[in-house]
Amino acid sequence: MNTNILVVGVGGQGVMTAAELLARVALASGLDACKTEIAGMSQRGGVVSSQVRIGPHVHASEIAPGHVDLLLALEAAEALRWCHWLAPTGRAIVNTLRAVPPVVSSGKAHYPDDPVGEMSKLGYDACAVDAGTIALALGDARLANTVMLGAAADSLPLDPDALLAEVLQRFGGKEELRQRNAAAFEAGRAQTQMGGTQPGPQVIRLEKPQLAGLP
Amino acid sequence: MTVSPARPQSRFLSGNEALAIGAMEAGVSVAAAYPGTPSTEIVETLATFPGVQAEWSVNEKVALEVALGASMMGRRAITAMKHVGLNVAADTLMSAGLTGVGAGLVIAVADDVGFSSSQNEQDSRYWGRFVHLPVLEPADAQEAYLMAREAFTLSERHQVPVLLRMTTRVCHVKRAVRLEAELPSPAPRMEYVKDPERWIVTPNHVGKRLEARARRATAMLAEAEISKWNVIKPGPDRRLGIIASGPVCHAVREALPQAPLLSLGFSAPLPIALARRFADSVDAVLVIEETEPLVETELRAAGLAVHGRSVLSPFGEVTAEHVARAARTVLGESEPPTVAGAAQQVFTRPPTLCAGCGYLGVYYWLSRTPNAIVCGDIGCYTLGASPPWNSVDTVLAMGASLGMAGGVAKAMENETKKRPVIAVIGDSTFLHTGMQGLLNLTYHGANVTVLLLDNRATAMTGCQNNPANGRDLAGNAAPVRVDFVKLVEALGVRPERIRSTDPYELPTFLKVLREELKANEPSVIITTRPCVFTPEFNRESPLVVDEAMCNGCTTCLDVGCPAVLVTRREQQVRASGTTVDLAWVKIDEQLCTGCGICAKACSRGAIAQKPRKRVIELEPA
Repeated sequence: MNTNILVVGVGGQGVMTAAELLARVALASGLDACKTEIAGMSQRGGVVSSQVRIGPHVHASEIAPGHVDLLLALEAAEALRWCHWLAPTGRAIVNTLRAVPPVVSSGKAHYPDDPVGEMSKLGYDACAVDAGTIALALGDARLANTVMLGAAADSLPLDPDALLAEVLQRFGGKEELRQRNAAAFEAGRAQTQMGGTQPGPQVIRLEKPQLAGLP
Repeated sequence: MTVSPARPQSRFLSGNEALAIGAMEAGVSVAAAYPGTPSTEIVETLATFPGVQAEWSVNEKVALEVALGASMMGRRAITAMKHVGLNVAADTLMSAGLTGVGAGLVIAVADDVGFSSSQNEQDSRYWGRFVHLPVLEPADAQEAYLMAREAFTLSERHQVPVLLRMTTRVCHVKRAVRLEAELPSPAPRMEYVKDPERWIVTPNHVGKRLEARARRATAMLAEAEISKWNVIKPGPDRRLGIIASGPVCHAVREALPQAPLLSLGFSAPLPIALARRFADSVDAVLVIEETEPLVETELRAAGLAVHGRSVLSPFGEVTAEHVARAARTVLGESEPPTVAGAAQQVFTRPPTLCAGCGYLGVYYWLSRTPNAIVCGDIGCYTLGASPPWNSVDTVLAMGASLGMAGGVAKAMENETKKRPVIAVIGDSTFLHTGMQGLLNLTYHGANVTVLLLDNRATAMTGCQNNPANGRDLAGNAAPVRVDFVKLVEALGVRPERIRSTDPYELPTFLKVLREELKANEPSVIITTRPCVFTPEFNRESPLVVDEAMCNGCTTCLDVGCPAVLVTRREQQVRASGTTVDLAWVKIDEQLCTGCGICAKACSRGAIAQKPRKRVIELEPA
């Protein structure tokens, strides 16, 4: 059986890179994989999605609504927008980041108060991850997507270590950055294992990565 | 991108990248294109290979002419474009169908099936019939690679340009592509020999060329009938056989794994005899193709009773789900219950102009000029048609703003109450097909104000270089950078009516706009701010809102900048009894480029640059 992954977010968030990473890890572990891209107008702050299908042999590149096994949402309202694509047994891992577009700022539309809560009420298996706060606690907001990939690691037919290795190869760079990314990945993984970030004010305690020989 | 000599190997490639590698391996020398989604990456990838002379041409017609010229001189050549680009190139294409080629010539045309980034959905396979060209339809990146490798010899064999028809789902889907062993001797050395009867398509030569075209059609059909790209994949369930082409073949495999499938990779001229043999082996035939019923119509004309469009959507992508449903309809089977839940109501998130984009200043004022009729064009500034600006009346085709505006002005010539007429066009689109429209305006003295938005890039497709920024495809200095003031003057605009302004400077821009709208003749306002993604763009420190100064008037939100965010809202009842909506804002530090448009829109001076820390520079001790 093939596994259907839908990565969603907003233009510029890194949806394509995250999707590509998952597909590459699948190929490297002996599975077939394909990945769709959207380019052009959508990149200007619009809705961005990428479909990744992995398995023994992948024919069609597109996934139908109702057949997604993992919805990896890098933005909260986008998770709600796409949640009906989930299969009955599917799971959503959602960054609680709220990217508010001008159409909401100008008062013409309303941003849902609690997208993940709404998904849970609808009966979807949705796990909230406050990737931004975790990333900032590790010293760099740009680690958020690494946190999200870590959060997804145990919901995929892939070896989490292989996924981490690919993340490090992609975002790693210098030793300090490698360590930060590794810590972000593990922090994300720990979040889903604990059942996700709970709603409401909270303190996320994290071990700062041990940076050998670096200030 | 480098390809290591150790083969065979697999790489994770999009259809566009795979096509480019295939063409490179076939020894292509010249690649010319105008950017357009979903085709852009074909020539972008080709440009990375040594030995390939790649260029951004000013439009698709010129790109095809460049490729044809190189082909005539004995160099394998390729041009790539989106579906609507081939409309622009159509006149040359019709003649190229008569002249044929020297060395192999491939026209890669990418149909935006599902119109995710286009003004239209078109089936470019019609051109194959119209111009009598062979059409190859890869189903995925692997086939795009293999077909590109072989398309040049096909072109040379029949002395004809080959239409390599891609769709979004081939161009932009990445798959593992197995690279093949190097071709023995890719490009043959050909020399140009003067041949007026072939290369000069005057009436006295056309007859012979039409005869050659007919002979070619017969030979191409014979090849299509036995082509390895047209394959019958047997299946045990013979109640329904499928004839499909392009990426739809994958959707069929997914939805109907038991059904016999005739997949057509070399789909024109259509191998009718093969299709007939296939039809004879099954109880019924369903033709599935994107996007027009071309194969279906031709099979019907040949006397085959096939199913097709009537059980499928008349437009858009055909997915595995569509295929399954169509098959059930033909077989009279009942529909299974749907698994998907209901879609949730979530606000729309349309694409927006970027924070710091100069167009924000332009549309701030155009949205405050509701009486004007604004003819828009194709580029990022198309977004001016959407909220909060809603400023654009028309968007049709590349360069169409100026011609349309001329007609609008003409229609109002004898009206007593005239409305101002504005055309909005970007630098690249103006150079693509806008210049002729401007000449038509000046030639007829049409009272149109042209906003020429020069942001020094072909921005919407990914900030490609063009003659307006003076850089070539590779990013090197080009021998020329267009001087728009001189250019529009040469096209007949009086120097007094050519104004260069900075759209960040809201009051100045408004003054210039008002003056030019009053002038009773063609005028051009050139805006000068570069796209935020160009190297010319200067990012300033972000702005902040002084809460104490802000009165919630929301004028800053009319700018439409994505960096201006609402923090709270209130309703206030005025003394007159009317209720007004107020909103207080903050500015997103990450997004803000410090352009200051919102600050200039604010009448209370509540938005300002963050005061910089005073740094006292000391001499080294």
